[in-house]
Amino acid sequence: MDALTRRRFLLASGVTGAATLAAGGGALAFSRLLGGAASEAEPPADTLVLVTLYGGNDGLNTVIPYADPAYHANRPELAYPGERVLPLDDELGLNPVLTGLKRLWDGKRLAIILGVGYPRPDRSHFRSMDIWQTGVPDVPATTGWIGRWLDDTEAPVGTAVSFEPVIPPLLVGRRRIGSCISYQGLDMPPWVDPGLVAELGRTEPGEPEMSARAASAYTDLIELQRVIGGVDEATGSPKAVAEPAVPATGTGGESALSAQLALVARCVEVGVPTRVYSVSLGGFDTHADELPTQELLLRQLDTALSSFADRMAQSVAGRRVTVVVYSEFGRRVRANASDGTDHGTAGPVLVLGQRVVGGFYGEQPSLTDLDHGDLKATTDFRDVLGSIVGSVLQADPSRYFEGYEPRLLPLSTG
Amino acid sequence: MTGDVALLLRRAGFGPTAAELAAATKIGYAATLMTVTAPAGPDIGATSAPLPQLGPDAYAANPNPSTEQRAAADKAREEQAEQLTRWWLDRMTVADHQALEKLIFFWHGHWATSIRKVKSPQLMLAQHRTLRSAPNFADMARRMVVDPALVHWLDGQFNTRKAPNENLARELCELFMLGHGHYTETDVKEAGRALTGWRLDLKAERVVLDPSARDTGSKTVLGAQAEFTARSLVDLLLRQPACAEFIAGRLWFRYASSTEPIPPATRDRMVAAFPAPMAMLRALFADDAFQATAGTLVKQPIEWMVGAMRQLGVRPANIPRDTLTQLCDGLGGLGQRPFAPPSVGGWPAGAAWLTSAAARLKLSLAGKLASQLEPGRLTPENVAAILCVDRWTNRTYAVLRKVDNPRMLLTLGLVSPEYTVT
Repeated sequence: MDALTRRRFLLASGVTGAATLAAGGGALAFSRLLGGAASEAEPPADTLVLVTLYGGNDGLNTVIPYADPAYHANRPELAYPGERVLPLDDELGLNPVLTGLKRLWDGKRLAIILGVGYPRPDRSHFRSMDIWQTGVPDVPATTGWIGRWLDDTEAPVGTAVSFEPVIPPLLVGRRRIGSCISYQGLDMPPWVDPGLVAELGRTEPGEPEMSARAASAYTDLIELQRVIGGVDEATGSPKAVAEPAVPATGTGGESALSAQLALVARCVEVGVPTRVYSVSLGGFDTHADELPTQELLLRQLDTALSSFADRMAQSVAGRRVTVVVYSEFGRRVRANASDGTDHGTAGPVLVLGQRVVGGFYGEQPSLTDLDHGDLKATTDFRDVLGSIVGSVLQADPSRYFEGYEPRLLPLSTG
Repeated sequence: MTGDVALLLRRAGFGPTAAELAAATKIGYAATLMTVTAPAGPDIGATSAPLPQLGPDAYAANPNPSTEQRAAADKAREEQAEQLTRWWLDRMTVADHQALEKLIFFWHGHWATSIRKVKSPQLMLAQHRTLRSAPNFADMARRMVVDPALVHWLDGQFNTRKAPNENLARELCELFMLGHGHYTETDVKEAGRALTGWRLDLKAERVVLDPSARDTGSKTVLGAQAEFTARSLVDLLLRQPACAEFIAGRLWFRYASSTEPIPPATRDRMVAAFPAPMAMLRALFADDAFQATAGTLVKQPIEWMVGAMRQLGVRPANIPRDTLTQLCDGLGGLGQRPFAPPSVGGWPAGAAWLTSAAARLKLSLAGKLASQLEPGRLTPENVAAILCVDRWTNRTYAVLRKVDNPRMLLTLGLVSPEYTVT
């Protein structure tokens, strides 16, 4: 079914009514999301796709300072020789497996912001990821930077969607919260009467919050199946993407990035009014035997991102999609004895899409002027996130970082 | 002491049967609390599900296998891993001493180690045996710091004097013993030095100390200066006030509320019982703050499925192999395959489990469970009694009233919001 037919189908199937949410509830109602599919006359809004790499991706082996002798000296077993990297300029090059991203770079559709971090780095996976997702580095915060934007704009349900099984802190606001939809199949068992399941999904007045959330999961399921059941074909069977062996310690994140992005692509093409999607890839905690593990993951990332970018370039709505790729921290400059690296600090952030002005932003941190063996960040992460807020969400960046005034980077065309 | 006996049984174990609830109601809250946390006599139910004998690890005898030998070894490991998973589900279901069994599950989530990296079912079983046999948290921590599965999971076998690998030291401080914010980066690095020199012996299923790789120098951790070994480091961490408070907080998170912080008075009463986990739980269950959490905790997938099997009288060991494999895969799809936590930070909690995909999968799994039975005629009231649900909402009651098929009634009861949250 092509996008246009799909949109007509949405309207014809009567999925325009709003499912009522439990007061203050978990905001899972997908029916609202699809019910609000854009009319064909309206120009599509900009869409943001956040790709979170869990585990701390080694930035120095992603965007490689191949011409710096200190890089080779610090990582005798882990450094890529200059002739293997995909050169971006005379100093920096991409990891050899990132061929799709190199193509986007050559097409001026990939921006790389160098040395992104935050003051007083925290080397806990969980705390550092919280900092990135809340956008608040100094004290623990209970809301995410997208969540605060949802609050501030009184965004309708479905404005922010996660295709992870767990809702990331990023999408949690004080009054609003993103929707969480898993990618693993939508078909209901044939023996159950969908009408009964739909009834089970009605929340009762005064029902406790968790119970109401459990109920609304059924409402979502029914609507999802009815409206985008066909997306299963695009994502493949759950079995095919489930649980590949990961050689690194798990620290969260998903394994099926391509499947998640296929679902995003589908939603963008049918014109759902979602503005922010959150997807993830886990397994980057490469304390040992880093090269094969990181290559495996970067190859997945490269395939998923480049095929998504190609697909998005083919539609009007897709050309207004911006993808941001980040991790909670980079890794130590010096390799450890296990052919791996321990938790570090700053790393590169990748931004890609048809609206993106490709090239380098910021400065590559020095490999010799270090802070306890770690890179000194050259760009504050809030400058990157703030620039995205400004250019993709068309909102005032100074409102979402607890008093911090982001310095805006010219990442996007108008 | 008064309280909600059904709440106590649902939280302390995987899910009480109607008979267990009736018996507990008869003797009252205080007596039930004692029976649950200090059960008398041997666990008769558990004797029918003794720990499995897996034999040696397929790679232990031959560390440098050919391609064919490797394929055979991987296949053997896969089968043993499935055997281990089936056994644990069976054990959780048939154990009479439910609180002890549930506590093992809690510790598995605490020292969250995944077979997806460790690979060896024998090492996972060895860790499981350690969690089962440790009399208290202090003893457990001393054994876990040299547990081969945990050491492998956190790359401890690569941690040497010349180039420390701090993965294990960091998680020991952050996730296992103190909690974030109760140590500095320097403490992590110094603790990492104290943990150097351990090598994995797959055949012996233990770690051994290689003196040449061990850092024997002086280390300063949390203000204390010493030569610190793995043992003395753990002892130092155990003496920190933050340690007992952290464990109390983790128990509260899983047994009481994953959204509300532990009240200080409750925490203090639990800390007084540290390091005995069952005594800490007894203090928790006796606390008014525990009663106030009723209706707020989302059942984890394993709690949901094992509780359902207990209440339906379905034993994993008696389920046809294909169906049982589907149930185990289903737990994986819900995000909670035993022995395979997604993160060293442990399982998710709360609303995180309540996605529409989970709703769909639970329908299918509940249907498989109900199909193991040949129930006679049932009413919604009967289903509530079987599943130990206090009461149905008007919504669910109206749905159940429309259904004649007893298996369908049980299925819908198992997926109802009332059953999902406790």
